[in-house]
Amino acid sequence: MSKYVMIKLFMLFTLVGLVLTGCNFSSSKDTTSENDENSKTTKAKQVLNMVEASEIPTMDSSLAHDNVSFTVLSNVNEGLYRLGKASEPELAMAKDDQVSEDGLVHTYTIRDANWSNGDPVTAADFVFAWQRVFKETGQYGSMFETANILNASEIVTGEKQADTLGVKALDEKTLEVTLTTPNALLGQLLTFPTFLPQNQKFVESQGEKYALEADNLLYNGPFILSEWKHDASWKYQKNTKYWDADTVKLDEVNVFVVKEAATQLNLYDTNKVDSINLSSASVDQYKDDKDFITLADSEIFFLRFNHNHKALGNKNIRRAIDMSWDKQAHVDRILNNGSLALYGLVPKNFSTSPTGKDFRELNGELNHGDIKEAQAYLAKGLKEIGQDSVDITLTVSAVEGNDKTAEYLKNQLEKNLPQVKIKLKLVPVEQRYELESALEYEMVISAWGPDYIDPMTYIGMWVTKGSANRMDYSNPKYDALVKNISSEEDTTKRYEMMLEAEKMLFEDAAIAPLYQRGLAVLQRSTINGLVRHPSGPDFSFKWTEIDAE
Amino acid sequence: MKTYIAKRLGYMFITLFIVVSITFFLMQYLPGTPFTNPEKLSVEQLEVMNEKYGLNKPVAIQYLNYLCDLARGDLGISYQYEGRSVNEILGERIGPSVLIGSQALIFGAIVGLLLGIISALKHNSFLDYGSVTIAVLGMSIPSFVFAALLQYYVGVKLGWLPAALWEGYENTIMPSLALSVTVIATVARFIRTEMLEVLGQDYIVTARAKGLSEKAVVFKHIIRNAIIPVVTMLGPLAVAIMTGTLVIEKIFTVPGLGEQFTKSILVNDYSVIMGVTLMYSALFIAIVFIVDILYGLIDPRISIKGEV
Repeated sequence: MSKYVMIKLFMLFTLVGLVLTGCNFSSSKDTTSENDENSKTTKAKQVLNMVEASEIPTMDSSLAHDNVSFTVLSNVNEGLYRLGKASEPELAMAKDDQVSEDGLVHTYTIRDANWSNGDPVTAADFVFAWQRVFKETGQYGSMFETANILNASEIVTGEKQADTLGVKALDEKTLEVTLTTPNALLGQLLTFPTFLPQNQKFVESQGEKYALEADNLLYNGPFILSEWKHDASWKYQKNTKYWDADTVKLDEVNVFVVKEAATQLNLYDTNKVDSINLSSASVDQYKDDKDFITLADSEIFFLRFNHNHKALGNKNIRRAIDMSWDKQAHVDRILNNGSLALYGLVPKNFSTSPTGKDFRELNGELNHGDIKEAQAYLAKGLKEIGQDSVDITLTVSAVEGNDKTAEYLKNQLEKNLPQVKIKLKLVPVEQRYELESALEYEMVISAWGPDYIDPMTYIGMWVTKGSANRMDYSNPKYDALVKNISSEEDTTKRYEMMLEAEKMLFEDAAIAPLYQRGLAVLQRSTINGLVRHPSGPDFSFKWTEIDAE
Repeated sequence: MKTYIAKRLGYMFITLFIVVSITFFLMQYLPGTPFTNPEKLSVEQLEVMNEKYGLNKPVAIQYLNYLCDLARGDLGISYQYEGRSVNEILGERIGPSVLIGSQALIFGAIVGLLLGIISALKHNSFLDYGSVTIAVLGMSIPSFVFAALLQYYVGVKLGWLPAALWEGYENTIMPSLALSVTVIATVARFIRTEMLEVLGQDYIVTARAKGLSEKAVVFKHIIRNAIIPVVTMLGPLAVAIMTGTLVIEKIFTVPGLGEQFTKSILVNDYSVIMGVTLMYSALFIAIVFIVDILYGLIDPRISIKGEV
């Protein structure tokens, strides 16, 4: 009897285990064996193995709103323009771009290219996809406003219908885009994944399933998504039907979802993946490795001041806070992950002027003073507001080591400016956004990543009542300048105006920049041409090649 | 028996309803929006988005809508993975979690039983001290430490098993092992104590006195009696494993449920939070129920009748 019960018990557990799991591993195992064979044979198949810290949130270009989606979409699809090797816009699905004399009407001729099901890519595919952004309430409908496309603002606010958008298919291969004001940035903006085309017949035939699996999608880019295992991995394969397929060297790219930095490192050490980002804890251990590189990212971290606050409304006090601490020591000792000290709004290695110079280089270091200057500004400011000392609450959310930054700031400010007392307030990141929007803070550590590769993505934030302002900064002269920049067609003049706008912002000491995020990367030295972009997609694999060792 | 089961099912249903309601209303206190890039959303855009998902309606209406959908078995649409239904997400993610969880439970229970039995039979020997040491270590060191050590030494240094990823059966071994440590320790300790107690009972002396073989005494009398409390332990252990998977899944990149739970809370993915909570509660309640039934099957002294 007892044996019988024991056996029953054992069988029950085994059964429960087996029935509940119903787990299938499918055919992914061959990936690794293929890789192993490849490294042995000389005429190797070109395979790149990457990691990503998150699953692809959506593959529907109308809804996409994050870098992981943008990266996949930009590698498997192609819009009128795509980001080139130096992250400059280059013609892609559009063969040419004819502009009317008043700069308001752009006419694009669509290249002879096909979708992965053989259908030709047509002008109507763009009209359909662009209108669909509004019909599906995509988060980046605002991108059409930034591009100045006719009626975009009215459609966002609901005054007009999506089909009034300023885009028309003149014939199968000719697309006409109408703007409200000329836009020097249009080509750059059109590389953004929200502007990708979609095949109407296919999208409608898929219904609610559209873009949910690799099979529910069509591709017209350098790669196709051949496999997508949610929260585990996805695989790109070279798209042989791509119009520029000769340029594409990689046969396959595997991307694995790995959230732990330590796990990423272990996978790199076991040759499972070819490029990872290091956490600052591992930087010291690997910084002499031949595969170690640091890259400047374009996300900036800065202090927002509440301009309605009595003390922080004073520009001398703001300037004193900006100047009084050691930004270099902060990135070297506290962050230690390739981040750069920032003395400006627009980060380094982000935008180049028409004359080929870096924006940061042209405007130099703004508000870079020493402690003595800072103390003088503070004394002046305190006198102006009639106070002897000032207590400030610094709001911070503990992401990307910002809590450590806040501790450092508190320490530095209180040491260098004896009249200042800082109180730290740690909040969850979601609450930080709420407090920022409601202006319920005094000073807050904020971050901003660019939406497109142009200084305006930072400069445009600070217009009066702008949705990214969130600190009640208002300078009518600045507003007027920003408005002029948006409609200026002469690129040289426009660039000068942007430089001036940044200077104006720092004359007001409107914000205090902290640092520009950097990436500490381990990447195999055999990888060539893995293009990283400062905005939109993180990578382009179109030009990537793997050298034989 | 049938009335008992029916009654228990009724209670399970009520428990789930309470869990759903409490979670739903607590969730309203999470700061922020469920949209993943609030930094970039303008006020107008936010309004449009709220309208689309019905988040601008009163909470009571949202609650009733949710219950109605739930009654139809629809857990809603995820916010972080736009357009993907929560049913689908949970369906995909639960397999890996249950696989490594049940492997850990079965393996852990078997090894724990063996260790416990050996150390009780060889009481105060080196074998005993050895397995007690293992049990104490297993209880006191958290499973994610074992996970990290396993990954580094077995996965990277020795290269016997893949360090992480989810590609084949060999990928399930290390996460299951890491999870089973707690099970091994708990079961071994329990069975040892129980067996030592049973060994001192009069009926064991009787069994031996009537000339039964040692094998029969051990299997028929000692183990059978000692195993009962272990069955009670399995319920809480299964729950411990379920919560333990959160970290283990992240370390070994298992595309499971646990990791999804923490992430959905961090990004305010309301419908996924609800779905995962519901699923965890249901699993927990089901496990407790199964253990209660098993208890009756194994121990003839306990009989299950209609009254609870």
